[in-house]
Amino acid sequence: MEKEKTNIFDRIWNFFASVKLTIVILIILALSSIIGTILPQQAAYDKNIEFLAGFSGVEGAPTVYNLLIKLDFFDMYHSWWFIVLLVLFSVNLIICSLERFPKTLRFVNTPLKPLEEKVLKTLPVKKELNVRASLNTAKDEVLNSFSASGYTVFSATGGEETGGNYVQLYSQKGKFSRFGLYIVHLSILLILIGAIMGARLGFSGYLNLPEGEASDVAYTSGGKTIPLGFTVKCNWYNTEYYSGIDTPQDFRSELVVIDGGREVIKKVIEVNNPLTYKGITFYQSSYGVIPDAVGKFMLKLIPKNGEEKTIELKIGESFTIPGTNIMGTIVKFSPALTRDPQTGALATYSDSLVNPAVAIEFDETGKGKFTGWILKRYPETGIMPDGNRIIFTDYWGVEYTGLQVAKDPGKWLIYFAFAVMTIGLYVAFFMSHKKIWITVAPETSGGKSFVRITAGGSAGKNKLSLDRELEKILSKASHTIEGGAKNE
Amino acid sequence: MSSSAFFDISAFAYLLAMVTYVSYLIVRNKTVGVIATSLAVFGFLNQSIAFSVRWVNSYHFWIASNPTSSFIESLLRAAPLRNLYESLIFFVWSLILIYLIVEFRYKNRSLGAFVTPIAALALVFIDVSGTSKEIQPLIPALQSNWLLFHVLLSFLGYAAFGVSFGAAAAYIVIITESRKEKTYIFWSIITGIFLVVLIGMGFDYFSLTADQRAELIKNYFLKASFRNPSFGIITISWVASMAFVFAIWRYGLGLKKILINLSLTPEMLDDITYKSIAIGFPLFTIGGLIMGAIWANSAWGKYWTWDPKETWSLITWFVYALYLHARFVAGWRGKRGAILAVVGFIAVISTYLGVNLILSGLHSYGG
Repeated sequence: MEKEKTNIFDRIWNFFASVKLTIVILIILALSSIIGTILPQQAAYDKNIEFLAGFSGVEGAPTVYNLLIKLDFFDMYHSWWFIVLLVLFSVNLIICSLERFPKTLRFVNTPLKPLEEKVLKTLPVKKELNVRASLNTAKDEVLNSFSASGYTVFSATGGEETGGNYVQLYSQKGKFSRFGLYIVHLSILLILIGAIMGARLGFSGYLNLPEGEASDVAYTSGGKTIPLGFTVKCNWYNTEYYSGIDTPQDFRSELVVIDGGREVIKKVIEVNNPLTYKGITFYQSSYGVIPDAVGKFMLKLIPKNGEEKTIELKIGESFTIPGTNIMGTIVKFSPALTRDPQTGALATYSDSLVNPAVAIEFDETGKGKFTGWILKRYPETGIMPDGNRIIFTDYWGVEYTGLQVAKDPGKWLIYFAFAVMTIGLYVAFFMSHKKIWITVAPETSGGKSFVRITAGGSAGKNKLSLDRELEKILSKASHTIEGGAKNE
Repeated sequence: MSSSAFFDISAFAYLLAMVTYVSYLIVRNKTVGVIATSLAVFGFLNQSIAFSVRWVNSYHFWIASNPTSSFIESLLRAAPLRNLYESLIFFVWSLILIYLIVEFRYKNRSLGAFVTPIAALALVFIDVSGTSKEIQPLIPALQSNWLLFHVLLSFLGYAAFGVSFGAAAAYIVIITESRKEKTYIFWSIITGIFLVVLIGMGFDYFSLTADQRAELIKNYFLKASFRNPSFGIITISWVASMAFVFAIWRYGLGLKKILINLSLTPEMLDDITYKSIAIGFPLFTIGGLIMGAIWANSAWGKYWTWDPKETWSLITWFVYALYLHARFVAGWRGKRGAILAVVGFIAVISTYLGVNLILSGLHSYGG
């Protein structure tokens, strides 16, 4: 006896063409993904141990840790087994789609055929209507109304074999909706290809750039240096706050791109508004104070009588307000000045520049000295009793801007895939393949002759809307038929 | 009137609607049903006004600190979808909207008793989660045109999933033949435990001062019952809970007779479950995943980072993708589909609330 030959290729194909495999893969993907949202990902050893100690006790934690680390559970979305799952998922998706696509194509390309009366009556949506008119008038009006609903209508005659003589009008719409799922599947593959392109050809790094400094490299989280191919410089960084509260309103940096010794771009970036040059994008992602940095006070002097002047000073330096004999000396700085609500004493409540304030000692010849605080966020503190004004613009050179630096050549493919997916989802879920058959048949009953219009239809989804559409076609036809009859 | 006055009226109307919808299940009187629907519609209208008023107020709030912002930009930035409080309110609004559409289309209001409790729970949750009700300034990460569309579509998706959950839960009840069926035992116990935790939180709520209530979940979770210092109270809690769970299992099937008498059929429930998912799935994919990824990329420079919020959205997406494939290709109808729909909504809740309250991550604003 000869064994039934099952080609190994066929067997692999059938394995991957199975929806059961899809179901199993989706379940495993869903369940395993949960683990990664509970276990800390890409965290330091101490943090993982601390986390595990909460479950297995301090002694058990390293053992559990060693077991989990072997399976890459602390960076599971990049582990070999998760990637294998994603590959299986993709192969399954491709083979399932290839397996079914020709069938769908054939199904869609098969021309619609007229239906026998008895089959028509078994359709999920059906309607019947009697009108007094000639067969031809009725047929024409139904045809008009049917076409007006956006259908290309075909017609056939039938019933000769039973001695009758009826006309059937039939059409379909929305065939394309059958392809929606393939479009969605294709977009998923495009997204995965885009992700691989991004991971292979792009990079993701960071760069902390102090005010006034420039760099021609960025760094990966692993500490590797990535050459940018040009220079990026930070002119300034600034956090803006909502008035009266310490909620940040904006994080901004002014960046300058210098390429080939020339300044090519100057842009103020903020969260949601990055800068891109030669495929590399700089995102505003953090900020901070450089330890022990000595900055410059940027002051704008607006004398009551005289010209405005902008000056830069270091702590301890002095200036004179133009057109007056008032001399000021910068004596103190606080990054975050506040008044203690209990004691009323001035205090600094943060190392960040949340509420920067500068203390200036004024000395006007013949009038003695006094010291006043000027706050950057509250310019009214710079108005002196004699009407001269000093605006504290910035304490420059002590902060750095934290930039996320990324190059992702796969991004545009992914965005394209998103558009494809949106279209695919719309086609698959909001369009419906509708088929309609309408029979127009002459009848006699009790000596009276009339025309019976029987309509039936099927829809891939949303039968309710097909029902309404049929209702509309029939009522419009009967309306014109009866309207015409009255006029005769 | 301020937005909160309209909102309080709507919350009250929804709670009354829930009670009335449940009564309607029991007494099966048409007038009661009409009252339930009217209450839901009344609540919905009030909430729509509250939402609009809050939008207008926060528009002025935004303009005050951004005088140069254009009208359209200010309108987009002022969308009241900034924190957990606003997002929960919007969730309730979307849920009631989708539910009312289903009620009018299917001309059957018995599902209200399954959906309005989700709305009521969300409203109660606002009080215990300690989220601020003030109009808050918009933090830089949220200053994007994507905010409105991302949240709007995601939440309409969540709401559609919520409706599918209600229908699937009713389906599981209606097809159960005997109390000894595994599915029935499992889900009656899960429901029982869920209700026990809710009741426990109710005790916490009433034993706390207004200030402490804001920290209920963080610091006082089940302190009034299971985690009480008194051993007696712990014992009573356990005994009472077990009796309660048993009672749910023992008498839960009574619901089946009620549902059948209300001309709800398994086919109709299955159809509502599927249709809600068929609406929710594309909305959630486009609004939640796609728009979320594009926004993340423009704000953080990465469209996907396996952040808990992202991962849980993907898990939710896997579950509903599974539902659709199982139903269409593998022919899973009925019970297994309904169970998937219930599991899907549990994933939605984890995505929406679990991630923000329990896990940490980038997406910690409230929705």
